[in-house]
Amino acid sequence: METGTTEIAGAEPVWTGLPPGLLRMRRLLLVVWLGLLTIAVGLLTGLLVAPVWAAFALLPLALMAWGWHMLGRNWRSWRYAERADDLLISRGVLWREETVVPYGRMQLVEVTSGPVERHFGLASVQLHTAAAATDACIPGLDPAEAERLRDRLTELGEARSAGL
Amino acid sequence: MTTPLPDPEGAVPRDGAEAAVPRDGAETTAPRDGAETAAQRDGSKGAEGAVPGGGPPAERRLHPFTPFRRAWAPVAVIAGWAVHDPNQAQEQLTRLTTTALLVGLAVFVPGAALYGFLSWWFTHFAVTGTELRIRTGLLFRRTAHIRLDRLQAVDVTQPLLARVAGVAKLRLDVIGTDKKDELAYLGEGEARALRAELLARAAGFAPETAHEVGEAPVRRLLHVPPGVLAVSLVLTGATWGSLAAAVVVPPLLWFATHSVWTVLATGLPLLGAAGASSVGRFVGEYDWTVGESPDGLRIDHGLLDRTHETVPPGRVQTVRIVEPLLWRRLGWVRVELDVAGSSNSVLVPVAPREIAESVIAEVLPGVTVPSSLSRPPRRAGWCLPVWWRGYGLAVTDTVFAARHGLLRRSLSLVPHAKVQSVRLTQGPWKRLRRVADVHVDTGADKTVTARLRDAEEAARLLQSQADRSRTGRREALPDRWMA
Repeated sequence: METGTTEIAGAEPVWTGLPPGLLRMRRLLLVVWLGLLTIAVGLLTGLLVAPVWAAFALLPLALMAWGWHMLGRNWRSWRYAERADDLLISRGVLWREETVVPYGRMQLVEVTSGPVERHFGLASVQLHTAAAATDACIPGLDPAEAERLRDRLTELGEARSAGL
Repeated sequence: MTTPLPDPEGAVPRDGAEAAVPRDGAETTAPRDGAETAAQRDGSKGAEGAVPGGGPPAERRLHPFTPFRRAWAPVAVIAGWAVHDPNQAQEQLTRLTTTALLVGLAVFVPGAALYGFLSWWFTHFAVTGTELRIRTGLLFRRTAHIRLDRLQAVDVTQPLLARVAGVAKLRLDVIGTDKKDELAYLGEGEARALRAELLARAAGFAPETAHEVGEAPVRRLLHVPPGVLAVSLVLTGATWGSLAAAVVVPPLLWFATHSVWTVLATGLPLLGAAGASSVGRFVGEYDWTVGESPDGLRIDHGLLDRTHETVPPGRVQTVRIVEPLLWRRLGWVRVELDVAGSSNSVLVPVAPREIAESVIAEVLPGVTVPSSLSRPPRRAGWCLPVWWRGYGLAVTDTVFAARHGLLRRSLSLVPHAKVQSVRLTQGPWKRLRRVADVHVDTGADKTVTARLRDAEEAARLLQSQADRSRTGRREALPDRWMA
């Protein structure tokens, strides 16, 4: 499994990035949908109006290039760290968010995987605490890693359990 | 692929028989609340086998007054129809002959009486060592098991008519209960005795003695005089706002439309809102008494409908001190509290600041309300002009305190032990100004936010708050507070 693990010296937590599978999936979806749109726009305007108008098809193409870049940035921004007593999740490029969930507060650990995700061999881990506002989700993990994480979190949660 | 975590401490079944209670229901009915859900529903008679020891627990019925509580419903339906469509109602009434009326009544009254009687007859409740069990339903059976160690609050309420009849409603708040899980109605004395017994069992007294423990003595902490309450309502902007709307809007509408129905349709709700925010609040918060007892906090209030709330120790998730603009000269504050799974929200409707703070010290033991808060850095003004001055933050060794609001100040206190997760968020504009927000999530689904903090300070705060909330729990009271 390729995970972009970066270790920083000192008391800094050991961050783990997401495997590249998620990025591949998102980029493929982007290319497929915007590719279809490009063809549709190009054909429709080119055939119905005038060939010059087919230049509008460049718009979705530009969007695709921009999205390609943004997805990469967003994917790189996602990282998580399992510390001794809590889980850290950091994400976002423009709107950054960093979440700390102490293991003892976890009520429920969920591993979910949709049909597309399953095809790409991906699964996401979602943590629930007694507070609904806790939005701790790690998407696009390797299923084996997701299950390892789930089991480890459950185990740690049991050891440090502390309810409301 | 869902892994529920085991319940926190105290959740381990104490006797073997407990384990026979079906646990799955709790996870499926309210997955958000996860393992904290205490009301377990199975809707079948299967739970009967889970009685500890030998014989089943003594099942009781509600007060015989109960069937009459919905007696007004058909009258209300007819009245509503008459008001909604007066012409047709009159037409129908004139057509109605005496015999038709008598036949209708002869069918309707016994039918309603039978339904009322049967629904009362088939509702039972029982108190076991660890649970309150409510079994109800004639066709669709429903069994709720409410775990006493998960108790968040107990309310005994008496609507006006119930007071006349000498009965009361008892409600146990645990996360995930709904309105059906209240006991309505019980005899007044019975409700008090049951509350005392449930609290004694929840507190961890042995089941044999819990019956005899009786009501815990109450020490009065605060009483709000009616005069102060009335003045505080007069000094509240919302009262005047709703009154002004009720007075100004209908005449304006009359000039605009000249339609009586439009004026009535908008005027009546506005008048209702004005009444609820002034007279309604006065009536509801009349004779507000806060007391302290070994069972926890006691809050009694109401002029017509009496309510007696009990919040066991260690259940309060957040406390808010609200200071409306016009109260500031008088030094008055309003104190609100959040308890998970409970709708109770007001702790003190109005009181001088020092007294309110002493009440808070009783509610959250060892907590002193921080007097000086640090403001966001000056550059935060670029993100939120003028109003940035309203924000403030103080972290003591017991609470996380964040203030917001410039005119109507509100200071939220969260004990470190109640913090469920900590989040830091920063948008692009805020990053440019090197400020960030720190959110603290609590179990009552309330989030307290320290806004516009210096970015480095916020990052440090995120780490240290996570540490504090982890260690804070170790000194907290156990769920069974007398055990």
